[in-house]
Formats: sequence, structure tokens, C-alpha cells
Amino acid sequence: MRQTYHYHPANFDLSEPNKFEAASLRPEEMIINLGPQHPSTHGVLRLEVLSDGELVKDVVPHIGYLHRCFEKHAENLPYNQIIPFVDRMDYVAAMNSEHAFAMGVEKMLGLEGQLPKRIEYIRVLVAELNRIASHLIAIGTYGMDIGAMTPFFWVMRDREHILRLLEWTCGARLLYNYIWIGGLFYDTPIGFEERCQEFLNYFRPKVDELETLLVNNKIFIDRTANVGVLPLALAINGGITGPMLRASGLRFDLRRVDAYSVYPELDFDVPIGTGQMGQVGDCWDRTWVRLAEIRESIKIIEQCCVQLLNNHKRTRDFDPQALVPKKIRPKAQELYVRAENPKGELGFYFRADGKSDIPFRCKARGPSFVNLSILPEISRGVLIADLVAILGSIDIVLGEVDR
Amino acid sequence: METPIQQWLEANNLSGAVVPNCQPATFILPADHLLEVLTELHTQPAFFFDQLSCLTGIDNGPEANTLEVIYHLYSIPFNQSLAIKVIVPRENPVVPSVAHIWRTANWHEREAFDLLGIRFSNHPDLRRILMPADWEGHPLRKDYQEQTSYRGITVKYDREKLYE
Repeated sequence: MRQTYHYHPANFDLSEPNKFEAASLRPEEMIINLGPQHPSTHGVLRLEVLSDGELVKDVVPHIGYLHRCFEKHAENLPYNQIIPFVDRMDYVAAMNSEHAFAMGVEKMLGLEGQLPKRIEYIRVLVAELNRIASHLIAIGTYGMDIGAMTPFFWVMRDREHILRLLEWTCGARLLYNYIWIGGLFYDTPIGFEERCQEFLNYFRPKVDELETLLVNNKIFIDRTANVGVLPLALAINGGITGPMLRASGLRFDLRRVDAYSVYPELDFDVPIGTGQMGQVGDCWDRTWVRLAEIRESIKIIEQCCVQLLNNHKRTRDFDPQALVPKKIRPKAQELYVRAENPKGELGFYFRADGKSDIPFRCKARGPSFVNLSILPEISRGVLIADLVAILGSIDIVLGEVDR
Repeated sequence: METPIQQWLEANNLSGAVVPNCQPATFILPADHLLEVLTELHTQPAFFFDQLSCLTGIDNGPEANTLEVIYHLYSIPFNQSLAIKVIVPRENPVVPSVAHIWRTANWHEREAFDLLGIRFSNHPDLRRILMPADWEGHPLRKDYQEQTSYRGITVKYDREKLYE
């Protein structure tokens, strides 16, 4: 039988309780509820805002609306079957998450450094393509959050090209299951590298256009410069990683620091925020760092294509699944592995008991989860409109926050 | 080869057991020494673990009857990683909170409390974070049994009937 929902004050008892109680507020204070169904919360995030007029006195993020308990799933599945679940954590950058997960299990199996260079280059190529796609989403939706509609359509147009390239490799547009433990699902399709180069030739001027249209726009600068300044000491103490940490002025990139996969062989810079438009670590710096990282990813993809077309060519007998283990049973051990995702450090903690193909415990440390936890600290005392600007500049994906 | 951290732990009679086959190196500490050791690791210029990468709670199952909390520390200036492990009984799992040392710990401890029922003493705001506030039980416990229904929504499905 169909039940209808009646709007009634008593129904508020059904919702998640607030942290602040209405009875204990001061006369000028008010609780404003933002989300969970609100476009600028980038998904199903609910913010309980304690406001004084237009000012934010405190913010309490309520998360968990998209919780699927990835970790419980992982405790019930063999390692190779966890990869699709890893995709669904950060669903706009699935390749990067798969790469981190596969690296971790390969480390446990002792396969580290044994994979053919061609596989490593393809992994980096697809991961960097996905990094561009993720940053495009971050910049485009951020523009939309603070009132610029056009850039969103422009970035979605360019992202579509990347999604088509990735779809061509494995058949899926967002959730790929392409990087396997010990190899890849398929080799790249014939002509893929050339198409990537074509895409880069198309895309390079578009990045400049995006910069002129949005990032260097006067209105955009006025809305973001000096807003939501994250000091470096607070960022490190709060475990902030990725573009957010770099925008606060620390040249720290796990691709350089840990030098995993073939990143040491590639030439790219690590851009940091310098406070060009305001202070170091403001919302504008965070957006600018993402834009600069798109340019670095273009450099990396270029080099990968050259390597894949010359030094590590496609051969008839190349089998990307040659090293994929038939039975994945690591020895008893504990391992923490981390990799640089578009949003920051994605870490996996594994414990294998050596007796089964299923991890005893698999914990995911999502960068969005940790980066979001700093929001109350940097948004006390700002205007409510700026709260949306700060939230957008953190670039969260709720699939990863809630896991 | 002994690292400065190992030497320091031994000098203070805290070395405990080094867990084999761990990456990064993992030490077991008693819960009552945890706070002073972690404070020291955070502040001493020789170690300077300025980042808490990850905080993991683990249930070892009803047979072992213990819960664990693992702190993965990272030092940005020295590029060093270290893990500290605390083992607590399953009946009364209380671990001191480190949220005042690293802000990262705040939400991670709430998550461990939510999913495993580990209580962190002196935590500023220990509420459930991922599950609803009135959820019963802690899902990541090995012997967790989900409730049959939550506010009129069926939680537990009979698999046989589901695919009939």
C-alpha cells in the first residue's frame, strides 16, 4: 500500500538530530539547514549552520547519506572483486582509485616493480586523463556554485571527450574496472595514443580559454580571493592533502614524494599557491592550483603517449593480463599504501591473514573525508554566501566522504 | 637497523612488541602510555610526525576478543612513516582521544566509534558520523547482526525470498 508523506512538525523528529538545540540559542542566532538536497553541496551533504544574520558562527557537517560501508563489503569479497567497489568511492576519478588499490595489493603479493613498463605507462596515462576530468568537474561546478553558468557547460563538453576516450578502453564511462591487480583488463585499443594526442591538441587552447573566462574573471576573483584562507600549519595538522595543501603553499605531491609507478621518469612540475590575488591558501589559490595541475597532467599524458608509441610499443603477443594472479592470497601482513588522487592522498590499509583470499580488514582513507573535516575551522565568521564558496573550493565527492 | 624512534621507545621502556610483516613499521603500545608517546612523537624535533595519515579501528573477532586502533603517522620534513597500535578488550574498549594533537583524528575517531564501538575518552564531539544516530550496533564488528527493520524500512532481507 502506498504511503503518503504529510508535512508535519512532528516529522522533524524523523530527521537526523541537530547538534545545536533551538532552546539554547541566543536571541540573534538561528539554525539554517543547508542540504542534503541542495545543488551547491555537491551531493548529499547536510550542513547545519549556526548563523547570526548573514554571518556563519559555526558549521556542523552531517554526512553519511551515501554510506554503503565499503569496508564491510571489502571484508566479504576477494581482492579482485573489490575493485568495482573502489570505483564507486570517488566516482569522478575512478581510475586513480583503482590504481592506488591495485598498487597496494601488488605490494602485498610482491609484484611491485615487476609489471611491464607498457602497463605502467597505460595506467598513468588513463589515471592522468581521469585527473583532468576530475579537476574539470571541480572547476566547472565551483563556477556554478558562485554564479557562473557558462564555464560548467564548457568543461562538461571537454570532459565528454575524456570520457569517450576512457569508454573506448574498457566500455564504461565512469566506473571502469580497467586496472586489474597485476595488469589491465585490455591493452589500449589501436589508435588510442594518437587519439589522446589529438585530444591534447584540441584541449590545450581550451584550458587557456577556461582560465580567461573563469579563473581570471574579475567577478570570480572578487568572490574567491581572501575567502576561506587555510593557513599551512592548520592544513598539515588537519591532514589536508592534494591541491588544497599545495594551495596553502607546500610543494608536496605523493607522485614526487613516493615516486610510485613511472612518475619518476616523467617530467612535470608541482604547482603551489602563492597568493597571487589575495592570501596564500584562499579559494582562488585552490582553483588556480587545480587549473595548473591540468596543464601538468597534459604534459604527463604527452610523455606517456610518446613512450607508448616509441619505446614501449604495442606488440602482437603483449598480454596485459599475463601477470594477473589466478589466486590472490597474500601472506599474513599489514600494509598502508597511499597514492595521489585528484583530491588528495588516497590511502588503503590492508590486513591479510594469509589463510584466505579475502582481506581481514580493508580501510580506505578518502581525501574528501579528511578535507571536508576542516570546513568548520575555516568557515567560522564568514558570510553564508562565502560558506558555499569555501565548500565548493574543497572539491568533495560524497561517494568518497561516506564510502 | 634501529631507527631513532626504536631507540627512543627502548630508552623509555615502551618498545613493546614490534609487529612482524608490517609496512610501515608498527609498534604496539599500552593504552595508558599512548597519549604521552604520541604527544612526544608529534612535538619532538627529532621525529616531528606532523601528519596523522590514517586512523584505523579493527575488530579481531570474538575468539581473540580484542579491538585494535592503528595510528599511521607521517612526517613531512623527514619523509618518514610509522604506525602505532593499541589493543583494547572488546567489552570495554576505551582509548584516549588524540583529536587535540591532530585535527584529522576528530572524524576518524568518530568513524571508529560509529562502526566498531571504540570509545575515545576526552573526544570533543563523539557522535555517530556515518550511520544514523539511532542505529543499533556497530557494523564492522565481526559478529554484527543487522536489525530487522529501521523506522519501518526493512534492513534484513531473506535472500531466498528476494529472488523468488
